[in-house]
Amino acid sequence: MIYINIFLNEIYKILFLLIPVLVSVALVVWLDRRVWAFVQKRKGPNVVGPFGILQSLADALKYIFKEIVIPASADKIIFILAPITTMTLALIAWAVIPFNEEMVLADINVGILYLFAVSSLGVYGIIMGGWASNSKYPFLGAIRSAAQMISYEVSIGIIIINVLLCVGSLNLNDIVSAQKNVWFIFPLFPMFVIFFISALAETNRPPFDLPEAESELVAGYQTEYSGMMYAMFWLGEYANILLLCALASILFLGGWLSPIDIYPFSLLPGVFWMIFKIIGLFILVSLVKAIVPRYRFDQLMKLGWKIFLPISLVWVVITASFLFYFEMLPK
Amino acid sequence: MRISRIIKTIFMADFVSALLLAIKKMFQSKKTINYPFEKGKISPRFRGEHALRRYPNGEERCIACKLCEAVCPAQAITIESEIRNDGSRKTKRYDIDMLKCIYCGLCEESCPVDAIVQGPNFEFSTETREELYYDKEKLLNNGDRWETVLAENIKADSSFR
Repeated sequence: MIYINIFLNEIYKILFLLIPVLVSVALVVWLDRRVWAFVQKRKGPNVVGPFGILQSLADALKYIFKEIVIPASADKIIFILAPITTMTLALIAWAVIPFNEEMVLADINVGILYLFAVSSLGVYGIIMGGWASNSKYPFLGAIRSAAQMISYEVSIGIIIINVLLCVGSLNLNDIVSAQKNVWFIFPLFPMFVIFFISALAETNRPPFDLPEAESELVAGYQTEYSGMMYAMFWLGEYANILLLCALASILFLGGWLSPIDIYPFSLLPGVFWMIFKIIGLFILVSLVKAIVPRYRFDQLMKLGWKIFLPISLVWVVITASFLFYFEMLPK
Repeated sequence: MRISRIIKTIFMADFVSALLLAIKKMFQSKKTINYPFEKGKISPRFRGEHALRRYPNGEERCIACKLCEAVCPAQAITIESEIRNDGSRKTKRYDIDMLKCIYCGLCEESCPVDAIVQGPNFEFSTETREELYYDKEKLLNNGDRWETVLAENIKADSSFR
């Protein structure tokens, strides 16, 4: 009996995290389209619900009622598994994100390592989808995506080392608490910029949307997918974008800490600040989508390996020497 | 020159200026027209749905000269004429196949009495093909319905004829 209680309690906690995440993914898709439209002086989706806020819900309903077409030459099991993998990996990563001191599903002491591992696995969903489709465009898209995600994960990893040097802990709550006095965006500003750009590449957002470049590859690895399976790729992608926004706000923008610890600001709960920061970063991501042209693939590789990787490595040395020289190394 | 370029690249000057421009544009008025509720302005020369006009006393303008039938490049117009009891030549049948019509406006241009005109209406989609084979009655109805606008448009355009 007591086991059932614990089990149900855990399920309740998981649902309490997952449902808000999925709802916010739907809202964020609407926000993305809306911001993109506003920059181009269009109105964007504004018909379904107030300000068109239910547009994603209508789209999801449409996807559910569409037929799922599985190509005859596709590897059926892997083909079906691919969107499930993408979405699962995008969602399980949320387990360690702290929205408040207590509001975290799994407060594990290697949180950032777990996040990094899960986001690295994310590329599998795309490769599986591209390979199992047994078709030209998905295949090329998947290969591009694999190369791109691996390249940029390297620089993200080294940027995370920068932050960890200042904190001395892999626990995400400790990382946030360490920013009580000064957010890491101020001492590590170049790292924040590189992290942000790498996050764009990691989630296949413009200007790094080569895996799904519609002018070259139709829709990249999603070409053969239809109906709910396509929608799952789509949900997973946006959940990943939100996840990296959350990670950026934890690593650099002080997570659930309020900007200034004085009376009117400290009154608001930490959850509010966390969500506020995530949405702010997401609006920046959508603005970037509206203003930049797509990179060429060799430029993308050059940026990843020849510019971001050396800069972040040098910055690790600088941070480490600075902390060591001034004896500010965390215990 | 090169150094300034490098400095610009390092501080991402182009990106930042583009970002500021995008934010500025976000708060400007939108160009989208909320279509079924708002419509764009159309020219008096707009070539939409056809209409047969009447004189103010109710007599139909068409004299069955068949110039429009002859000039129609898509051969969408069919006319049959008869001599009426009062001695005037009028149409017995005036059909336009709206599916064949290419909306070139030559019928309107060839008409010596401004009888067949193309009005400003472009929202006449139907659910069956048959509804788009317009006959004389339908065209005259259109003329009665749109007469005010049609007369205004012809007047607005008259100095260019």
